[in-house]
Amino acid sequence: MNTEHHTYNKLSAHPDRFEQRHIGPRTLDIEAMIAQTKASSLSALIDEIVPEAIRRRRALNLPEAKSEFEVLEQLKGIASQNKVYKSLIGQGYFSCYTPPVIQRNILENPGWYTQYTPYQAEISQGRLEALVNYQTVITNLTGLPLANSSLLDEGTAAAEAMGMCWSLGRQKGTRFIVDSACHPQTIAVLQTRAEPLDIEIVLSSREDMLAQAEFAQAGSFGVILQYPDTHGITDENMGELIDQAHAHKLKVVVASDLLALTLLTPPGELGETGADIVVGSSQRFGVPFGAGGPHAAFMSTHEANKRVMPGRIIGLSVDSNGEKAYRLALQTREQHIRRDKATSNICTAQVLLAVMAGMYAVYHGADGLKAIASRVKRLTATLEQTLVQGGTQVIEGQRFDTLVVTQAGNGQNLAEIYEAALEAEINLRKLQVNGQLALGISLDETCGFDLVTKLSQLFLGQSNLVTLSDSFDFEGVLKRQSTYLDHPSFKLYQCEHELLRYMHRLQAKDLSLTHSMIPLGSCTMKLNATAEMIAVTWPEFAHIHPFAPLSQRQGYAELYSLLEGWLEEITGFSAVSLQPNAGSQGEYAGLLVIRAYHLSRGDAHRKVCLIPTSAHGTNPASAVMAGFKVVPVKCDERGDIDLIDLEEKSIKHADNLGALMITYPSTHGVFEEGVVQACAIVHAHGGQVYMDGANMNAQVGLCRPGDIGADVCHLNLHKTFCIPHGGGGPGMGPIGVVAHLAPFLPTHPEEAVGGDMHIEGEQSQAIGPVSAAPFGSPSILPISFAYISMMGADGLKKATEIAILNANYMASKLSGHYDILYTGNNGRVAHEFILDCRGFKASADISVDDIAKRLMDYGFHAPTMSWPVIGTLMVEPTESESKEELDRFCEAMIAIREEINAIESGKLDREDNPMRYAPHTVEIMTADEWTHSYTRSQAAYPLKWIKSRKFWPSVGRVDNAYGDRNLVCTCPPMEDYEA
Amino acid sequence: MSNPSDLLYTEDHEWALVEGDTVTVGITNHAQDSLGDVVFVELPEIDQELGNGDALGVVESVKAVSDLYSPCDGVVIEVNERLNDEPELINSDPYGDGWIIKVKISDPAAVSHLMDSEAYDQFVQAES
Ligand SMILES: Cc1ncc(COP(=O)(O)O)c(C=O)c1O
Repeated sequence: MNTEHHTYNKLSAHPDRFEQRHIGPRTLDIEAMIAQTKASSLSALIDEIVPEAIRRRRALNLPEAKSEFEVLEQLKGIASQNKVYKSLIGQGYFSCYTPPVIQRNILENPGWYTQYTPYQAEISQGRLEALVNYQTVITNLTGLPLANSSLLDEGTAAAEAMGMCWSLGRQKGTRFIVDSACHPQTIAVLQTRAEPLDIEIVLSSREDMLAQAEFAQAGSFGVILQYPDTHGITDENMGELIDQAHAHKLKVVVASDLLALTLLTPPGELGETGADIVVGSSQRFGVPFGAGGPHAAFMSTHEANKRVMPGRIIGLSVDSNGEKAYRLALQTREQHIRRDKATSNICTAQVLLAVMAGMYAVYHGADGLKAIASRVKRLTATLEQTLVQGGTQVIEGQRFDTLVVTQAGNGQNLAEIYEAALEAEINLRKLQVNGQLALGISLDETCGFDLVTKLSQLFLGQSNLVTLSDSFDFEGVLKRQSTYLDHPSFKLYQCEHELLRYMHRLQAKDLSLTHSMIPLGSCTMKLNATAEMIAVTWPEFAHIHPFAPLSQRQGYAELYSLLEGWLEEITGFSAVSLQPNAGSQGEYAGLLVIRAYHLSRGDAHRKVCLIPTSAHGTNPASAVMAGFKVVPVKCDERGDIDLIDLEEKSIKHADNLGALMITYPSTHGVFEEGVVQACAIVHAHGGQVYMDGANMNAQVGLCRPGDIGADVCHLNLHKTFCIPHGGGGPGMGPIGVVAHLAPFLPTHPEEAVGGDMHIEGEQSQAIGPVSAAPFGSPSILPISFAYISMMGADGLKKATEIAILNANYMASKLSGHYDILYTGNNGRVAHEFILDCRGFKASADISVDDIAKRLMDYGFHAPTMSWPVIGTLMVEPTESESKEELDRFCEAMIAIREEINAIESGKLDREDNPMRYAPHTVEIMTADEWTHSYTRSQAAYPLKWIKSRKFWPSVGRVDNAYGDRNLVCTCPPMEDYEA
Repeated sequence: MSNPSDLLYTEDHEWALVEGDTVTVGITNHAQDSLGDVVFVELPEIDQELGNGDALGVVESVKAVSDLYSPCDGVVIEVNERLNDEPELINSDPYGDGWIIKVKISDPAAVSHLMDSEAYDQFVQAES
């Protein structure tokens, strides 16, 4: 294309630019907002805020911005290089049908996918109830009474379970026994997790565990068994194994399969007391492969273990009117409170996918699920019977859906059968059994009799008469006796109208970005544009098995490579790993990479990790998981890292200094001037610098972690790069690293990735996998891809600048009413800021909780509460909010400040005032009796415009203490509904 | 609520009631107030030997976790079992029914380092 053509092309381009859709304020607004901040121009404002020393003045080298329609074309092209075959690979991932009513109304619905984690329970009852349905499914099917509301994937769930066993044994154990018939990726993730904790993974077959008295070996603290195992076998000795392990005081984890459990004796009912912990993936409950994710992993356990259970647990409680209400239970287990003493670092989980899996069970009900499972079992039995009759040898035992063929019949050859299946667009699993090639076949709900006939033909080399087997169910001890999903939630909504209305009733209880801004500091609730979402459910992205042959994943390969390149350019790093599934996993992976680097240099003792006290809870929790010892670094009175303390501690620990973890701009919302110096201090004493990239959205296009001096940084793609939060997940936390760390990036047993790509000839010193799938959650990567592609270098930089402008505009509007806690040198904030609310306790008996709940009456979600400073609110507007929306929020905050004034001056009662009784529900407002000293309109419509945009919280203030003292985390019994 | 003058106090906001060789231990009103609604108390085992400052358990509220430390050398002779079902006693009656453990001391000097109520009042004031 010649330059003239190029110019004409540009001049005659379609006038619509995505950047203008993504960025909230209009050009004229921007001028007014700059005036409000008293800066002379946008660039002058940015110059005041971003330290010159780290400023990068060159434009990012990214492709020219595309329009929404162009990017969809581009993605279509990429998608077309993926080939959708029938994948019968199994290994923890099974094809399934996503009920269209769920796909359109949940997965593709911003009313479900744009929220954050349900911290504000009163405006989150919809997804909280949906998650309780999910937890009920998990507890019922696994046979254990307590479930969490999802973990990141089956591999990490197994690793979390190992960590739990270790904690339950007071961290004294050294040996964790692993069923050698667990899925290979699960074993690999366990190994990664075990190594820095000095836990030895002992692989053993289940027969050997009993025969060799493995459980009796000193130091053993737990065992994981897979049921059905990776070869499809459901072991009849499970009860015996569990009892033997318990006799030796080992904790028992069982990895299982939800669909199989509709027919199979649940792990909670095996042996004398059942397994201690059950884990697995809920993917096949209506969630597409997505080349590995996102999917919700599950975990259940006994009540007694509730305090070491990782992840979020939804519990039932009551509200201020005595009505039932849900909220996050037992939060003191979690990293944000327990920090380096937490059992897990998990933060963002897989809420949207858990909601889908729960709805899949609501849609089918117990009978429906059982019918699906029976059919799968019957077709598998049919296939087995046909193949065995034809002389094929298979691994024997009772099975559900998976058959492993070790020897072909009829003089056929397995390698050739594999190829012939590929010809027929069928993927089988290749695996080694006793050093020989074997082929695995896993059937699922999308497989029918035709496919079984086709498979028989492929394996036997001729058309055989296939007769349908009579085996619908397990036999003997394996046959499930207990019932499940008896609750009305799983009976009432099986006609589509009922389900549609149920989902919409729930949705209506949740405040999402479809209502108003969600100004959660550190969470970056920016626009999740529809154009970015569209490709996620395209079959070419959704229906790809993570371990399908590479040749069928060429589109994904291109997507990864382009996205990695762009992220490298944006961060200034030389390599990126897309494997970690959340920010927390990025931290953990990045610290393991640092650890591997020190180990490679013979510096095994470099185990001290310096972490400022202002750090997010995941930082210290991740550091401990990665084998580091946390040494806190103070913050000075301005909230910045205390460089003197940092230097002292770096010197003190110089011999053992492993890493510093910093967040930039700081968690206090300030571009600290001292950041380059901080990195230099740590480097001078032999440490590496980990940057928490949660605030990367304030850096893109202005400065780069790699240039500042960081060695590793994670990016929360669900913050800066537009993946929606899904109500608490999915997320993606890829890490970027400098060149000398690239050889250590996470690898994967199924595919050459990470460190394996950066080292030639030598033996790899890279870390093992941190996720079950090699590229984490690929099907949501098109979202970030589309965002970067549509914004281009200029648009991304503009987004950062406007994010900073929006924050400074709000700070300036609110500063006469509230104190802004920390600011930079010029009195400016970065992209977020902290409102100090601590004084109101004494002056008006008003807590930060009261303000958060009162904001609901004004139609807003509260800012981040009591983090990073207790008793404060942290506001992050993002670039995607218009001036009108910012003004509305400021007006609400100012009106609330006036209410506090009125309490202070005695105009409003100290006890009986609208803040203490917030939020106000419709029931309270329309009750025949009104007993408050303030008026109804003061309660519900404190500002004029609220009438036309009213959002009604569905419950009154939730009693957290009641719920934690009386933990109920499954659907409440029927009587509660009738009452 | 003022801090009873017949008790001794630690800088970790715990109180100790010395009666002969038995010391009853709990957390102060100030401590329960800053923790908020207590939902769980982890108690030590009977006969556990404690050194001064050893971790002996945990008090959890809905929003915070606080470690408990032994105010003196001693052996656990009794724990307040009622807290298993009624952790809220710590909020409603921190100096009475909300007691946490009793330890036996072998030497009266084991408690000589603790503050009296006046010193503790001043300590709390200085901290805030
Ligand atoms: C500063 C900071 N670090 C780390 C995290 C953890 O990220 P994720 O929730 O993706 O695990 C967060 C998320 O809230 C954060 O704000």
